[in-house]
Amino acid sequence: MSKKKNKPLVKRRAIREAVLQGLARRRRRDRLLRLAGIGAIVLGLSFLAVMLVSLVSLGQSAFWQTHIRLELRLDPERLDPQGNGSLDSLSAGDYAGVIKQALRARFPEARKRREKRELYRLVSSGAAWALRDQVVADPELLGQWRAFWLLADDEVDQWFKHGEAGGVRLSERQRHWLESLRAEGAIDTFFNWTFFRNGDSREPELAGIRGALAGSFYALLVTLALSLPLGVAAAIYLEELAPRNRWTDFIEVNINNLAAVPSIVFGLLGLAVFLNFLDLPRSASLVGGLVLTLMTLPTIIITGRAALKAVLPSIREAALGIGASRMQTVFHHVLPQALPGMLTGTIIGMAQALGETAPLLMIGMVAFIVDVPQGITDPATVLPVQIYLWADSPERAFMERTAAAILVLLLFLVLMNLVAILLRRRFEKRW
Amino acid sequence: MSLSMLFLLLVAYALAAYWLGRRVVLGRVDGDARRLHSLPRYHGYRVALLAGLPPLVLLVLWLAFDQAVIGHLVMQSLPESMRTLSEAERSLLLNDIRNLATGNIASGVPDPALTAAVERYRSLSGWSNMALPVLLLLVGLGGLGWGLLRVHPGLRARTSVERVVHVLLLASASIAILTTLGIVLSVLFEALRFFETVPLGDFLFGLEWSPQIAIRVDQVGASGAFGMVPLFAGTLMIAGIALAVAVPVGLFSAIWLAEFAGARARAWIKPLLEILAGIPTVVYGFFAALVVAPLVRGLGESLGLAVSSESALAAGLVMGVMIIPFVSPLSDDVITAVPQSLRDGSLALGATPAETVLRVVVPAALPGIVGGVLLAASRAIGETMIVVMAAGVGARLTANPLDSVTTITVQIVTLLVGDQEFDSPKTLAAFALGLVLFLATLLLNVLALYVVRRYREAYE
Repeated sequence: MSKKKNKPLVKRRAIREAVLQGLARRRRRDRLLRLAGIGAIVLGLSFLAVMLVSLVSLGQSAFWQTHIRLELRLDPERLDPQGNGSLDSLSAGDYAGVIKQALRARFPEARKRREKRELYRLVSSGAAWALRDQVVADPELLGQWRAFWLLADDEVDQWFKHGEAGGVRLSERQRHWLESLRAEGAIDTFFNWTFFRNGDSREPELAGIRGALAGSFYALLVTLALSLPLGVAAAIYLEELAPRNRWTDFIEVNINNLAAVPSIVFGLLGLAVFLNFLDLPRSASLVGGLVLTLMTLPTIIITGRAALKAVLPSIREAALGIGASRMQTVFHHVLPQALPGMLTGTIIGMAQALGETAPLLMIGMVAFIVDVPQGITDPATVLPVQIYLWADSPERAFMERTAAAILVLLLFLVLMNLVAILLRRRFEKRW
Repeated sequence: MSLSMLFLLLVAYALAAYWLGRRVVLGRVDGDARRLHSLPRYHGYRVALLAGLPPLVLLVLWLAFDQAVIGHLVMQSLPESMRTLSEAERSLLLNDIRNLATGNIASGVPDPALTAAVERYRSLSGWSNMALPVLLLLVGLGGLGWGLLRVHPGLRARTSVERVVHVLLLASASIAILTTLGIVLSVLFEALRFFETVPLGDFLFGLEWSPQIAIRVDQVGASGAFGMVPLFAGTLMIAGIALAVAVPVGLFSAIWLAEFAGARARAWIKPLLEILAGIPTVVYGFFAALVVAPLVRGLGESLGLAVSSESALAAGLVMGVMIIPFVSPLSDDVITAVPQSLRDGSLALGATPAETVLRVVVPAALPGIVGGVLLAASRAIGETMIVVMAAGVGARLTANPLDSVTTITVQIVTLLVGDQEFDSPKTLAAFALGLVLFLATLLLNVLALYVVRRYREAYE
């Protein structure tokens, strides 16, 4: 009997060992799964971090712009050819000539034509325009000797900011001149207002995002003006008034599908319908806004319906109970409760529209446009498209401007999302 | 008169009509609103709608079709020789006329017929500019008069206003259908014109894609080849690489967030991952072209591999990161939706948390996860900016991810950006590709929605 009793004891130990061994393996697997999860999250977040850090490190230098200090004599004979100090006369002055003269005076060793050309190239062509603006604003400057900080060429800018690492194409002579200017403190960087004041330009040191910002603003204005009322109306209809029938089912399926249609297809629609069929102006923010409206409508309708759904049924019933019509119930009681949620969805939709690029390429918003658009029918470009255009440019100075424009775009997105979050917090109601 | 001015006037006019309608009806009952069927403001709304809505509709229609109609009329008036031009030349001609009429520089020297057309264009535009305000005024006054004449105390103003509002709401909801219809029709019509010149079979099964059309007919490669197989293969390869990145990363992070993470970690990490979806794709494209592609190239070369500077791998990797948030939250939702009793049962039987997750929770959530992956796949196929900036333009049939390939969206952009003629097969090919893209993503979306919906019903 006792022997028979002992046998299972041995077996039990073997089982125990086997289980313990297996347990170790199973626990290892458990740890592995957790590690895989954490690893996946770390991977995703570190990509985000690397991307943001590299964009900031690439783009921050674009917010500073190199200038060269030169002693200029604002020769009245050159700058005021008619000699009467009138606006016409001052505008016609040869400001580039004055700058060239000052450069020659500063570096008399440049004698040959070639050398002189290299010398002139240190200063941006935009410096003359800036000088003109200064003189026009203050004609008293005429005839004076003054030190001016002149906008440097983009190659000089890259050389001063990044040294030889900037991959600049400057000749030995130009480097020598710049070294001597630097030694006497005549080169320095200032905050790059040009970047925010100017439209696009072929010269990197003169290129700015103002035109693109204005284009984005007008396009978003059109989008908001159309998509908010239409989206709210559609959400109200589908959530509050629609009978359940084939037609409303069809509308619903369509909205869900539209939310997932590739954005470039909306661009094809815009090209075929708005430009080719309706003959609306090409490259205009109006058409861009229309296309973006069609794209953001599904987002607004879907979030709008969710917001309406969150309104307590008792509110509806109470309103109907005291004799309000369906329409009065919706517009006096339900909609005010749901509006903050709908606005949150609208802001999120606007943020998407702000970053959208592909459909706008289709309707010609990729044109090179220097002027800042003044209205919704002017040719324009938008911020993401400007980024796309600059990313294609070979000059290194455009690379940092691309990154800087991206930083501005991301800043706007962060602000919009912040507003959406605050709005949600502010109006969140607990029943 | 400027557009915004016209619009503001219209709004002011509608407000005045509201005020007038209210006043007239109150006047009928000597200010005693109790004798009215509807509140006075509904009478106001009714008159404002009657007075303001028809001119508004007219204004929008006028603005939409004005240019097209004038262009057509001007073309009609041109001499026979000019009317028989090809459509591309006609649109160029029309552009010239417009430029001349607005005082800009045209592409050619104007001849007498053209000058006459310019004159006609000017007079027609002048007419249009004059007629619009007059018509708006007439229609608006007509509506106002009609509305005011029919006002009486017993009028059911509220019911009729609500009926109009109802129709307006329904119309807004129907815009989604109009948009879908617009997409299908615009893409389909142009694609059909494309298939008139290039047979459908050649397009679908052709192995060569070289859309450049020669300037002269006798040049080499004058015909161009429109076989979309290499494009489709390239699209699938890049989307495949993207999914190979996004699915494991998205799935594992979703599992961790749903099953293992504390509430605090979840509250922070989930929105941080969702930032990835909010970053504009042009930013990813820049990052892919500038940082990732050289990195991949350098890495490959240090291993002794020949890597193209626009490799499919670089574009695919970055696109994969972009679509992580499209896989992750949906999987997260379906995993949390699995009933706790299933988990408790599995744990009570002695399974470890990992076994519970892998053998019970994930299989239960699988249809939802598959739906999420399908949606992510449709994003990857339709994604444009990353591939435009980081993938190549040369169509090549290859299975090597280090080679440069091109995608459907890249080709659409390259065909339609820049100078274009509107009836060359080159431009129309973009619409045929758009049709393919639309159909492919539509199929994936419908499939995904079907799978997700079917699954969700299982637990409700």
